[in-house]
Amino acid sequence: MNKVKRGKVVSYNRWGYIFLIPFVVVYVVFQLIPLCSTVYNSFFENYRSGLTQIGPNFVGLGNYQKLLSDGDIWQYLKNTMIMWVMGFVPQIVVSLLLGAWFSDPSLRLKGQRFFKTVIYLPNLIMASAFSMLFFTLFADTGPVNSILLQTGVISKAYKFMSHIWSTRTLVAFMNFIMWFGNTTILLMAGMMGIDTSLYEAAQVDGATATQIFYKITLPLLRPILIYVMVTSLIGGLQMFDVPQILTNGTGDPGRTSMTLIMFLNKHLFSKNYGMGGALSVLLFIITGVLSLIVFRMSGDNNKDGR
Amino acid sequence: MKRKWLALGLSAVMVSGLAACGGGAASSTAPAAESTKAESTAPAAESTKAESTAAAEGTTSTLNIYCWNEEFKTRLEDHYPGYEKIDATHGKIGDVAVNFNITPNTDNAYQNNLDETLLNMDSAAADSKIDMFLVEADYALKYVDTDYTMNVKDLGITDEDISKQYKYTQDIVTDSNGNLKGLSWQGCPGVLIYNREAAKEVFGSDDPATVQEYVKDWDTFAKTADTLKEKGYNILSSVNDSYRVFSNNVSGKWVQDGKIVVDPALVNWVDNSKALVEKEETGTHALWSDDWSKGFYPDGKVFCYFGPAWMIDFSMAADTEGSIANAGGWGATVGPQGFFWGGTWICAAKDTDNADLIKDIMLKLTCDDEVMKEIVTKDNDFVNNKPVMEAMAKDESYGDAVLGGQNALAMFCEGADKIDLSNLSNYDQGCNEEFQNAMKNYFEGGMSYEEALNLFYKAVVEKYPELSY
Repeated sequence: MNKVKRGKVVSYNRWGYIFLIPFVVVYVVFQLIPLCSTVYNSFFENYRSGLTQIGPNFVGLGNYQKLLSDGDIWQYLKNTMIMWVMGFVPQIVVSLLLGAWFSDPSLRLKGQRFFKTVIYLPNLIMASAFSMLFFTLFADTGPVNSILLQTGVISKAYKFMSHIWSTRTLVAFMNFIMWFGNTTILLMAGMMGIDTSLYEAAQVDGATATQIFYKITLPLLRPILIYVMVTSLIGGLQMFDVPQILTNGTGDPGRTSMTLIMFLNKHLFSKNYGMGGALSVLLFIITGVLSLIVFRMSGDNNKDGR
Repeated sequence: MKRKWLALGLSAVMVSGLAACGGGAASSTAPAAESTKAESTAPAAESTKAESTAAAEGTTSTLNIYCWNEEFKTRLEDHYPGYEKIDATHGKIGDVAVNFNITPNTDNAYQNNLDETLLNMDSAAADSKIDMFLVEADYALKYVDTDYTMNVKDLGITDEDISKQYKYTQDIVTDSNGNLKGLSWQGCPGVLIYNREAAKEVFGSDDPATVQEYVKDWDTFAKTADTLKEKGYNILSSVNDSYRVFSNNVSGKWVQDGKIVVDPALVNWVDNSKALVEKEETGTHALWSDDWSKGFYPDGKVFCYFGPAWMIDFSMAADTEGSIANAGGWGATVGPQGFFWGGTWICAAKDTDNADLIKDIMLKLTCDDEVMKEIVTKDNDFVNNKPVMEAMAKDESYGDAVLGGQNALAMFCEGADKIDLSNLSNYDQGCNEEFQNAMKNYFEGGMSYEEALNLFYKAVVEKYPELSY
């Protein structure tokens, strides 16, 4: 390497930085500054009682202490994770299956375009509207109950919103319906990126469809799977609109379907920026830790695989 | 090494980006989820547009009115002389353009909107400044006890003008220094509204006096519930129906010395309701929900509701073919205990540029005998004018079609005299709401009473961080 060459590289780098400016500016203004101000706010007592503003008074880690000593936050984290897992597991299974079918040329499925559109459609409906729809469908005297009553499946209206697991299942089911189309499209893109010669070679060697799926498709799909996993995890931790509307903001029964963000929303009634900030920071840490775990898992696998 | 740090830094940016981005999405869905909030911005946007057109038509100033439903608007349209309707949310009085900013009450959206408007009032332009807003009893004190509302006396309304009003309607909007800050055209004493068909079927008569015997106190009420159950009727649509009857008869305020206190009357409500729910004689759904309003129709099989005059005419689906109200199938009787529900007060915002007009609206709607009589006959509302109401109560020719022609005004008059509001506090709305929400878990069997009570305390402290329990 001589000096002249190096100079050229640097001058190209300069263009790189210039092209990065729009992103950096947007990032700093809309994400970094709000992020820092959230952390800053979390150290203050700052809320509104009626029309009177209280604070901001510096309280150090007081807000964090209050949140953690209550212990409710772990209950809400548990609720969130349970509802996420209940929705995510069927979602990934169905998406893998559909993705495999859609991307398998030997199946020659008819009307692929139509079905790809249809499975994506639920995602186009506003989550709150979707939730409202389910709220009405599963109300105590709603259509689902009257169908079940009339067909004689049950003898008394089942209160879907008054039982822990029926409520959680409804939330998980809605999230599943809304997101499996999106996941299918992502996984399908990943599957279509796999070299078809690998499949052909496997077929020539006499591998069965199951073997091909487990030995070729899944391992090569790992990067996309991890991406789906991380984005879905972050989305799941921020679950809000569906349970909020379904339970009317109460997280009933007994706050067993209250998610972290719904809890955050509760503090906004009194414009409690201090507690809200502290909760957001904790949520940020939790999200970071969980994402790091997933990230680690992927790193190890890479080492083993190659 | 450098690359590793760079990679780590970039991934940190990515994670925080996703988190922050997700956070942004969550907070942006919050208003959407509230849906009402989204609507609230729409009229606001419209109003600015309309202001410019109104100005073009030669109006000199704008009267901005903040409210949460159509009720006041229709009152103004129908009964204020000289009001010209332009479209759904705009009108004209003389050379003043009238603008309604309607934000539904759901999820506190109305108050959030009002709070922001009032707090930012100083920086608003004269024509977009809030001039007048409406409040309800549950949170009236929150606004009345501040400088944002104008003293009624400063508007030029004298004690003599308002002497015919019911005393309690003035107590609610009197601030801690004894200044009257708002006026109402309504009185809201409540009665027990029962299904005449059901009464005939079960008790053999739908005469109010006979029915009253079956609901005269809470013990009899519970026994009647059993009788009704045998015939397939639920005595109430929801436990929350009777909530106000108990909560209006409390012996102390919700908050005393910064502590939340649950009154014995409310404990009674919990016990009575729990018994009814266990025997499946009532439901647990929220007021105004679809399940709740099923009882407005014969198939809903609900015997009674508790409600004031406005509910009978305004909320019980009287305009819908096939409802009980449409057929005039409801009757009214006093019920186990007196109570009041709701009511709307008109407040003038400080620094309004239309003080004279507000004064006139207040005088016409809340003090003028003729206008108020018109409101009773046309809308069957119970107006805030003692002599008028007492005269109407004796008028044999007047009857409410929804109540099958019954003249229930005497009952309301009696109730209005008895209303005692010494136990109102700033925190009523939040406490009442959360108490009902929390107790629902107890009624449905998911929690013990203590657990539900704990949940209630927790929820109230979230809303009002300055309180303790």
